[in-house]
Amino acid sequence: MRFAVLVFPGSNCDIDAVKAVEDVLGEPVDSVWHTETDLSQYDCVIVPGGFSYGDYLRSGAVASLSPVMGAVKEHAAAGKLVIGICNGFQILTETGLLPGVLRHNDHLQFRCEISELRVENTDTAFTNDYEKGQVIRIPIAHGEGNYFADQATIDQLKANNQIVFTYHGTNPNGSIENIAGICNEQGNVLGMMPHPERAVHELLGSADGKAMFTSIFRTWGEKHGA
Amino acid sequence: MMIAKIHVTLKGSVLDPQGTTITKSLNSLGYDEVRDVRIGKYMEVKIDTTDRKIAEERVTEMCEKLLANTVIEKYEFELVEA
Amino acid sequence: MRNEPTPQQIAEEKIYRTFGLNDEEYARILELMGRQPNYVETGIYSVMWSEHCSYKSSRPVLKKFPTSGPHVLQGPGENAGIIDIGDNLAVSFKIESHNHPSAIEPYQGAATGVGGIIRDVFTMGARPIALLNSLRFGSIEGDGAENVRNRYLFGNVVAGIAGYGNCIGIPTVGGEVVFDERYTHNPLVNAMCVGIMTHDEIAKGFASGVGNPVLAVGARTGRDGIHGATFASTEDPHSKERSAVQVGDPFMEKLLLEACLELIATGEVVGIQDMGAAGLTSSSSEMAARAGSGIELDMLKVPRREEGMTSYELMLSESQERMLVVMKKGREHIAEEILSKWGLEAAVIGRVTDDGMLRLKEGDETVCEINVSTLVDDAPVYHRPSARPAYLDETLAFDPAAVAVPSDLTETLHQLLRTPTIASKEYVYQQYDYMVRTSTIVRPGSDAAVVSIRGTRKALAMSTDGNGRYVYLNPRVGGQHTIAESARNLVCSGAKPLAVTDCLNYSSPEKPEIFYQFEESCAGISEACVALGTPVISGNVSLYNQTNDIDIYPTPIIGMVGLIEDTDHITTQEFKGAGHPVLLVGPQTTGAIGGSEYLKVVHGKVAGDAPALDLTVEKALQDAVLTAIQSGLVLAAHDLAEGGLAVALAESAIGGKLGATINFASGQRLDEALFGEAGSRIVIEADQANLDALERIFNENGVPFAVIGETGGDRLTIKINGEAAIDEAVEHLEATWRGAIPCLMK
Repeated sequence: MRFAVLVFPGSNCDIDAVKAVEDVLGEPVDSVWHTETDLSQYDCVIVPGGFSYGDYLRSGAVASLSPVMGAVKEHAAAGKLVIGICNGFQILTETGLLPGVLRHNDHLQFRCEISELRVENTDTAFTNDYEKGQVIRIPIAHGEGNYFADQATIDQLKANNQIVFTYHGTNPNGSIENIAGICNEQGNVLGMMPHPERAVHELLGSADGKAMFTSIFRTWGEKHGA
Repeated sequence: MMIAKIHVTLKGSVLDPQGTTITKSLNSLGYDEVRDVRIGKYMEVKIDTTDRKIAEERVTEMCEKLLANTVIEKYEFELVEA
Repeated sequence: MRNEPTPQQIAEEKIYRTFGLNDEEYARILELMGRQPNYVETGIYSVMWSEHCSYKSSRPVLKKFPTSGPHVLQGPGENAGIIDIGDNLAVSFKIESHNHPSAIEPYQGAATGVGGIIRDVFTMGARPIALLNSLRFGSIEGDGAENVRNRYLFGNVVAGIAGYGNCIGIPTVGGEVVFDERYTHNPLVNAMCVGIMTHDEIAKGFASGVGNPVLAVGARTGRDGIHGATFASTEDPHSKERSAVQVGDPFMEKLLLEACLELIATGEVVGIQDMGAAGLTSSSSEMAARAGSGIELDMLKVPRREEGMTSYELMLSESQERMLVVMKKGREHIAEEILSKWGLEAAVIGRVTDDGMLRLKEGDETVCEINVSTLVDDAPVYHRPSARPAYLDETLAFDPAAVAVPSDLTETLHQLLRTPTIASKEYVYQQYDYMVRTSTIVRPGSDAAVVSIRGTRKALAMSTDGNGRYVYLNPRVGGQHTIAESARNLVCSGAKPLAVTDCLNYSSPEKPEIFYQFEESCAGISEACVALGTPVISGNVSLYNQTNDIDIYPTPIIGMVGLIEDTDHITTQEFKGAGHPVLLVGPQTTGAIGGSEYLKVVHGKVAGDAPALDLTVEKALQDAVLTAIQSGLVLAAHDLAEGGLAVALAESAIGGKLGATINFASGQRLDEALFGEAGSRIVIEADQANLDALERIFNENGVPFAVIGETGGDRLTIKINGEAAIDEAVEHLEATWRGAIPCLMK
């Protein structure tokens, strides 16, 4: 299984995502520059965190117009996997691959901590190694993670079981319905504010993010008979 | 009632990182004619007064005290009847 | 034509004074040049001879620091120092102040301070892996105009540090914040950066090789920050020209960082230096001076942000996120290609010469010609008069008997835990991304931060420390304390302290009593560095931190880095489990309450001598505790600092959400025993089964220790001579400690 981790000017969690794939799965993973237009050799694309283009104007807005995002849309349309983490989630909403927007945290400050998430949907390619309702500890680090969508969209997300993670206990940013991560209707594109790639070793404070990578690998394996 | 329409922008000689980045992005999208972008804030403040002179004084004070960081920003405003 | 004064006008109308040059300095320039300097040249001398760039008051004192050791690869004098940590790896680090800019515009002042120190580290070829900071503000308690302003400064400095560090993707892993009225008009913002590299990746600021091209790289030059360096060297920043404020662009710096590291890795770079304070002027002359060469620049080729900028403005601008790079001849295209990949510019603006001159041209016209060594080596040196401050007689005369022991010591503990200097700094560090790069093992809020080194079992421990009040009360011993405490913090985390970077913040050196504080505290720092084997490898001096005759406390801040040989040795301060003995290692008596946080907070007094410290005892203690930790005998270790034993125990209990019952004998006053701050003391938690082995180690090192209690339960109970002095539920202590700053900042 081959992973791509996109690199935009200003990405800063790209290396962490590469290391997580290597450490957890040992599968091949490439850093892919934002000017690339062909992602056909990859099975899973990670849009990493950071401050692409400084988050100037709106977070994710400039990156969403990069050449590589055209290829990401094709990749998603082909049913292959896409994960946007933190800034990557913001880029995916700006691109229109996921509904809604991420607004400034309600307390207006950047917030970095290990937060508790509830796994709401374990039927996705990204979460099938978790138990439904399981509470996991995954770091967050963002200033604009306050998920918002209109009521019709929220109703739709619920009806299609697209809410994948919610904050358990304290909501760190004021997101509607405590949403921490959602997927698209087909279930192959996931966006989440928390950083699973930061939770892959006990030394880092949590290893609860590992199951996300193993889920992806298992799904791919089942599909490809590996 | 009056509304103060206030624009706050960075002073001319102060670096505007957002503006510089957006200029480059517009250029790369083919808008070659774009030379510079300056980014600022727009605010509307509704004021309970009909006295234009007093409103002007008060809004100036608000800008100086809070709305603009006059160390690096400048402001301008117009007053319209609400 | 530009409207600049002529050389004659500068001399006759004494215009040089407005640049901060005095009459003697100007006369010396005339002598060195053999003619009257023009406007550009006067400007260049004024910034290069400013306190900020020349260290003219501090140099004679700084020379006395121990700066060498077997593991030192680069001492002071470069952009940052470098130490060897084995495995072909090297660590570069430095701390720097951005006090004056932060007093004017706290967000941008702090942000650009962070940006500057990051550049200092990556110009050495190192990948920045961690940021720390040390902050001082006036009191944030109360509703007075000053308190409101202090909260504004505090909130925005923290936001500025977060804004820059988070965006560029370097974790802010540690630091400290202290509040005291003395810093009301002069907040201190000291930022430290730590980077890592292999030995072959080390780069330096040398402009050598005649004919080699000189490139301006990164952001364009604008009119910002002109005369920032001289501005940092004068009193009352508020009265100065406000255009001296610079705006940071962390996005630009992220690109510059990646581009420069990629460029250095090609091996085609001869020398590289940040255009920091005094911009193009200091970077070009320092690079030439180090190499004993000259530099010729064509000012018309310097990329600029605004039309109509003069050579004077281009040379003195402090626009951020710029570098000066000397490439091998014929290799300039490599720089251009790499920079352009990152969307940045690299412009050839000149070349290296062999005549020792800094020569500036505008096309064919020469607009400045100065012998480089006169800027760097011939800068004035002042041996300032020094006099023991009169206040010391008064403060040393303090008699502890003059203050009463509080009747409710549990309430006193709450009072200390609530004081912003001691209270939890979660409000601060939860705004910093301290986890990016996924190497942060011990997070902010501990004695020292610990960052792992990928591909090895090693980790680096790092901390920043300083106690201005101790230095104020006893400059010599106070200076020793800053080093001893920094090193002790590292030892508690399981690290061997390796080297020091210092940021020396003082008031005006022109006052003899301030110069005394400076000289004495630096002597104390030197003594402690020698005793503990931690040389000074880089640093920065910030003087003139005074407003309206209020001097800040003399505040040397020490950044220290230590090596943890194996991540298994990493130790933290919180209690780990119930039923474990708690030991107090080090001197069992505390000395007096002089200089303590307790005396200040509870009795409103800053008096007495600095707490006692014996460097021989300190060294023995640190060796013993480190050996114990490396032998796997220590479950938790916590340095005793502000608030003494009681606060240290409370912090370990809060962190572990676990109580303890402490009971020890003492012939001292209760407040002294609980809250006194004598140095060289560490609280450790250990397994019962390891007590014998610990005893052996402590005895071998001649270090006193006592088992003073046991972990367990949900209360912290401290009995002295069998009598309960403090008894409180840990969760109540935690609520006080955690809630204090958020409550004040609401």
